Amino acid sequence: MTILLVLLVLGAFFCLYRALRGPSISDRVMAVDVMAVIFTSITALMALRYNLAYLLDLSIALAVISFVATLALAKYLEGRSLDD
Amino acid sequence: MIDTLGWVFIVGGVLFNVLGCLGMVRFPDVYNRMQSTTKSVTLGACGILFGIFLINGFTALGIKALVCVLFVLINLPVASHALSRGSLIFGIKLWKKTIKDEFTQDRGGTSIIGGEDE
Repeated sequence: MTILLVLLVLGAFFCLYRALRGPSISDRVMAVDVMAVIFTSITALMALRYNLAYLLDLSIALAVISFVATLALAKYLEGRSLDD
Repeated sequence: MIDTLGWVFIVGGVLFNVLGCLGMVRFPDVYNRMQSTTKSVTLGACGILFGIFLINGFTALGIKALVCVLFVLINLPVASHALSRGSLIFGIKLWKKTIKDEFTQDRGGTSIIGGEDE
């Protein structure tokens, strides 16, 4: 169980490298979005490990919030305004 | 028996996640990175959550994991599709060894092939 959590944190560090280093803006946005899904997996595994059901509420909220943020930035890149 | 199946799903999901994030470091341009990471991370996160549902059954933990599978399954493909379309229109360059870019040709723009390795 612990080795699985450590592997997931390693994957989050890969995404953090790309978010800090990435040459274009969509690299950074994509890296942060993927990192949010990795954190969704981490909180789900912690909910399984400590048997706490409310940690999965955190997972659902994280997935929805990162989705909205990425869609807003994609529309901005496409050159449209947010109420278009 | 069904516990073992759940653990197989969880371990497979973690491996998919880590290898997808390794693609985030290794691939040459933003479109390659998107197709590497989003597919495997979607499958990995759904695998982990479905494994938690298999282990716990229809308890509070299991039902919430199923709802979260639904959200993740909608979230990443739609977000990466919108983001790749947005960055093609914005003009972020494709990798220099890319063969064909039909999206920009159909829109009548100039070619944006020629990005460097990074």
